[in-house]
Amino acid sequence: MADKMIVSTRKGLFNVSRNGKGWEINDVDFLGDNVTVSLRDPRSGYSYATLDHGHFGVKLHRNKGNGWEEIAAPAYPEKPDDVVSKDGWGKDLPWSMVLIWALETGGPDEPGVLWCGTIPGGLFKSEDHGDTWVLNRPLWDEPKRQLWFGGGRELPGIHSICVDPRNSKTIRLGVSCGGVWQTDDGGKTWACRADGMRADFLPPEQQSEPYQQDPHFLVQCKNTPDRLWVQHHNGIFQSRDGSKSWSEVLDVNPSSFGFGVAVHPNEPDTAWFVPGIKDELRIPKNGELVVTRTRDGGKSFDILTSGLPQKHSYDLVLRHALAIDESGDQLAFGSTTGSIYVTEDQGDHWQEISHSLPPVYAVRFV
Amino acid sequence: MAKVTFTANLMRHVDCPSVDAPGVTVREVLAAVFAENPRLKSYVVDEQFALRRHMGIIVDGDIVLDRRRLSDAVESNSEVFVLQALSGG
Repeated sequence: MADKMIVSTRKGLFNVSRNGKGWEINDVDFLGDNVTVSLRDPRSGYSYATLDHGHFGVKLHRNKGNGWEEIAAPAYPEKPDDVVSKDGWGKDLPWSMVLIWALETGGPDEPGVLWCGTIPGGLFKSEDHGDTWVLNRPLWDEPKRQLWFGGGRELPGIHSICVDPRNSKTIRLGVSCGGVWQTDDGGKTWACRADGMRADFLPPEQQSEPYQQDPHFLVQCKNTPDRLWVQHHNGIFQSRDGSKSWSEVLDVNPSSFGFGVAVHPNEPDTAWFVPGIKDELRIPKNGELVVTRTRDGGKSFDILTSGLPQKHSYDLVLRHALAIDESGDQLAFGSTTGSIYVTEDQGDHWQEISHSLPPVYAVRFV
Repeated sequence: MAKVTFTANLMRHVDCPSVDAPGVTVREVLAAVFAENPRLKSYVVDEQFALRRHMGIIVDGDIVLDRRRLSDAVESNSEVFVLQALSGG
């Protein structure tokens, strides 16, 4: 089981570990800075952190084990004057980095490869541990990409990147709002794979439109990668055929609205969620913070509460802030109100690590 | 040569003392500065060399209006201040 985690927050990157007394915060990197995503690459041992400095833009830092250094962040190419760039609402879409929203490693057979998802919708690849980055033009130049629009943020973006463990050239992306996109040739060609999803925020005749779905987060089961789960803006969806089709999971109490989802690495029927009431009321129902867990592929759910506050909790868990380790027994989540909880028994019991951190954006076991 | 001064808050992230730089537009002056200090560039302008959304530039007391092309004129003895626009928080 993992004994460390990295927690990206609005005011720094917190290093958390388990000792004889339980889990506790050790130290913090980039104290005071807005850390949006972090990554530990198990192939190289390198760590990465993306910072959004607001006024001064988005930066990328790397630690090879001897301290953090700023490295070149992915950058959009110069936009030709004759190229029209719009989002799905017809608004001008800038060719400039707004946010690094996803950072993942390539497969074990391609050391040095990193994938980076961004707002306003570009996917970048590095083949040299982040020294240089290239925009994936087939996806950026895909005409349907201009149907994407922002979800929660002003502009669209790629927040989920799943590299298939069986074949590193098969990659699935979650896009808000743009559906799920898949390549089977390492990014040369892409197809939208969101059939079966439902977008209540569109007019009735457009609600099954795949290119404007809002999958809040996409995860795959490590040992059965054709089994995928999505926490969507309008509910929970799963695919049993490698994203060819999606089916909605219904009758989830207290709610099927949320952002994060975690799937057990070896049991594709087992998944966890942290629900809010609904899209326009993003707080736990009745002030009771709960985790929901299915063990039967969404037919039924346990409502897990042990160790979680059941009065006056207004924690919201963002899409990258619910994590599971490789054993499948440990999960952790952080909230917008600065709490972190961890479980070592698949959610039956939770331990509070802190309730006073800055807003938490992302949690990873390392 | 224009004198270019950067907000002190930038010093926390990248070394950027005041410098003298040639050019007859804001873009030319900044390009000259970035040629000597490449890492500073992405902190001030975006990939299209447009001024970052929450930054501002003042030349001899006048706010730079052409934020996209930075075509505002600079004199040889101008003072150029690169500042945070408080709109960004």
